[in-house]
Amino acid sequence: MKSWRRKGGRVLGGFEQQEAAVLRGLVSQVEDMLRARSEESPQDELEELTGIRTGPSEGPDDPVLSRLLPDFHRLDPDHPTTEDLDSAAALRSLHEPEVLEAKVGVAAVVLQTLPPEGGDIKLSYEQADAWLAALNDVRLALGTALDVQEDMPDELPEEDPRAPHLGVYHWLTWVQESLVQALTE
Amino acid sequence: MSTPVEAEQTLGADQGAGDKPWQTIVWNDPVNLMSYVTYVFQKLFGYSRDHATKLMLDVHHKGKAAVTSGTKEKVEGDVAKLHAAGLWATMEQS
Repeated sequence: MKSWRRKGGRVLGGFEQQEAAVLRGLVSQVEDMLRARSEESPQDELEELTGIRTGPSEGPDDPVLSRLLPDFHRLDPDHPTTEDLDSAAALRSLHEPEVLEAKVGVAAVVLQTLPPEGGDIKLSYEQADAWLAALNDVRLALGTALDVQEDMPDELPEEDPRAPHLGVYHWLTWVQESLVQALTE
Repeated sequence: MSTPVEAEQTLGADQGAGDKPWQTIVWNDPVNLMSYVTYVFQKLFGYSRDHATKLMLDVHHKGKAAVTSGTKEKVEGDVAKLHAAGLWATMEQS
């Protein structure tokens, strides 16, 4: 992967075949999780009639999905008030479908614009913004699974089972940082 | 005959609470990049780079920052957009 750069109203980047395979694999996994969550949404006749989608009112149990789809209120972990719980449930049900749609949408942009065999890619600014969001979702997913902390070392001790995955996480961080720089310089 | 839903808002003792503005709070988390958070604030809310940077630094150093405020509907929409961008945002009544 070379640094991203901006040229003639486009954002240019390039990926080796192996890099493309890793990134496409991770984006697809996150997309699958999000789609599975979408399918949990209640289907009802009222929804078909009004066209107003409603999502589940309860947050996901899975920690990765739960980080991708946070509550709308900061709930007291021990004694959340009934009022906050009810409001958070209502807001999730109302807004989760649009958040899921946005996340599945940005994942699709990456899968459409990153060839499986790698190579040079050329993005519009809109596509580059979608890439930023999709890269962020993948980093959130991996960061949650690896329990990443703010002062994460570059490498973990060899015996740590997370060690091989941390390299991928740091690489994704670099890809995202380089893309922000290209868009803001 | 039914009563319009809006009518309910003029009744009840807690009307005052309903009028208090809401705030969008962004919380610090160990994954989101400082540069990306600044970019998202500029992009979603049209803030200058300086203002967006100041808010990002508040999130980073103080653990949170109020990034927008207004009616419940506006703030709900802002929180949903921040969630779509991957930031950890919540809403509260100030």
